[in-house]
Amino acid sequence: MDSLVFKAGGWLALALVALLAAAVAVDAPFAVHMLIAAAACLIALWATVSRADYGALARGLLKMPADEGVYDDDPIRWGVIATVFWGLAGLAVGLIVALQLAFPALNLNLEYTTFGRLRPLHTSAVIFAFGGNALIATSFYVVQRTCRARLAFPTLARFVFWGYQLFIVLAATGYLMGVTQSKEYAEPEWHVDLWLTIVWVVYLVVFVGTLVKRKEPHIYVANWFYLSFIITIAMLHIVNNLAIPVSIVGSKSYIAFAGVQDALTQWWYGHNAVAFFLTVPFLAMMYYFVPKQAERPIYSYRLSILHFWSLIFLYIWAGPHHLHYTALPDWAQTLGMVFSIILWMPSWGGMINGLMTLNGAWDKIRTDPIIRMMVMALAFYGMATFEGPMLSIKAVNSLSHYTDWTIGHVHAGALGWNGMIIFASVYYLVPRLWGKQRLYSLRMVNWHFWLATIGIVFYAAAMWVAGIMQGLMWREYGADGYLVYSFVETVAAMHPMYLIRAAGGALYLAGFVIMIVNIWATLAGKVREEKPMTETPYNAAADRPIVAQPAE
Amino acid sequence: MTYDAMRHFADSWGLLGMTILFLAFVAWPFRKGARRRNEEAANMIFKEDEHG
Repeated sequence: MDSLVFKAGGWLALALVALLAAAVAVDAPFAVHMLIAAAACLIALWATVSRADYGALARGLLKMPADEGVYDDDPIRWGVIATVFWGLAGLAVGLIVALQLAFPALNLNLEYTTFGRLRPLHTSAVIFAFGGNALIATSFYVVQRTCRARLAFPTLARFVFWGYQLFIVLAATGYLMGVTQSKEYAEPEWHVDLWLTIVWVVYLVVFVGTLVKRKEPHIYVANWFYLSFIITIAMLHIVNNLAIPVSIVGSKSYIAFAGVQDALTQWWYGHNAVAFFLTVPFLAMMYYFVPKQAERPIYSYRLSILHFWSLIFLYIWAGPHHLHYTALPDWAQTLGMVFSIILWMPSWGGMINGLMTLNGAWDKIRTDPIIRMMVMALAFYGMATFEGPMLSIKAVNSLSHYTDWTIGHVHAGALGWNGMIIFASVYYLVPRLWGKQRLYSLRMVNWHFWLATIGIVFYAAAMWVAGIMQGLMWREYGADGYLVYSFVETVAAMHPMYLIRAAGGALYLAGFVIMIVNIWATLAGKVREEKPMTETPYNAAADRPIVAQPAE
Repeated sequence: MTYDAMRHFADSWGLLGMTILFLAFVAWPFRKGARRRNEEAANMIFKEDEHG
């Protein structure tokens, strides 16, 4: 009882501190954030008080320890639901900003819905909310299964889940209110960054604690990828966000670095966010879910180790390719370019390793739409990791930089690789986590696959055309030595491509909605009567021995 | 340590050390006798019985 009173009192005290901070805040967004934090504390207080077992407390019984013979799947179930929820939000905002670029009036003439505020909302929602929840959920799933051990520190695991959701809410509301430190993919201000640091360190503790508890002697390679993701993101996040707040009760801060040092720190962070958030842990998903779904081991375990160490040693140097032809010293630009090109090899090695896992079972691409999604994800991983090194070459970059080609490249990777592998993993997880016989409908998975694939093709193709056209128009000189096109002429020329891009995004979102319906029906316990993906081919007439016929 | 000294260290011994470390890590699973362990590791994910 004492500990219950202590816990409840602690939440109340934290809520009061947050309310106090809201009262003395120097700007409105900080006050709003502190009110959100106070509300979160009060919800935690309510959960603590209402879910306590008072009967057991009154009789002085100790709480039963959790059954170590069962995996701790509750936070994973919540994580899957959160992934789907934030995915819908992130993709929908993405479609809105795509339409805003084609029809600027759609910013509604409100400061809260301008492109500049919705764009970080979109990027953070899809990367950190959709992707991040998928990563936390799958990492907890995979680490338990491959270690054959129940999750360590159950309370902390729940704190990681809810703390991460609070981070997402604070970041998203901040963007809408105009709170940003103007660092790409690291827009949240100092107080939100500090909160994420706490959550992330606890995440590391839970993950490593589970590894330490493992019953298997070997740590499966997927866990290496997850662990490097957690450690590296902690390092990147802390260094890139070193800042001094103007006021301890205000949302404005100034970054510790200045000038080109700040730019390099930002892109050291930014590119490694692509590497260690959007690539390495998604490869962990690949190294677990592709073999499991295909029911055959990874093609080459040695190659997976080679893949791992190559990415670890090489990726961290690639960031300067975001700063070609800037004030960054030339040698640093060349270094970033060279390492980016070297990265092509291990990336394709890993892609081939994943694809060749299907060696001898290629027919599964025809019969299993989840395998089909995984193969498409790997194909886009290969495509994006070829296009990336190519764009990092200075001569190519002089055409592509600051154009929509970059946007096309990012989305080929994000929609094709990250999105598809998340969808496949979610489809793998849902029936298993909720103890269902199978998904509601495999045909709908197939529909999702095709809508998403066609959407990406429209998106990427439109952005290639738009980007290359834009780059060529910008550098077009007339005979008199003046630029031929003004900036606004390039914008007008891209309008049709912007419409095609928005159409592609709408298709991708439509596929996602089909996934939500499918998962919803699966959770409701429904199983759709449908034609199977494959029929057993059988020809009764041919299935008989040849009997010698007497000559006529 | 001055920035200049650090740069020279990074360009020489640091670079050499990282390269040796990398090659050692990568060569480790390719050593003779690792085949059985690799196969075991690759197949260990199938040992589990879902929700067992």
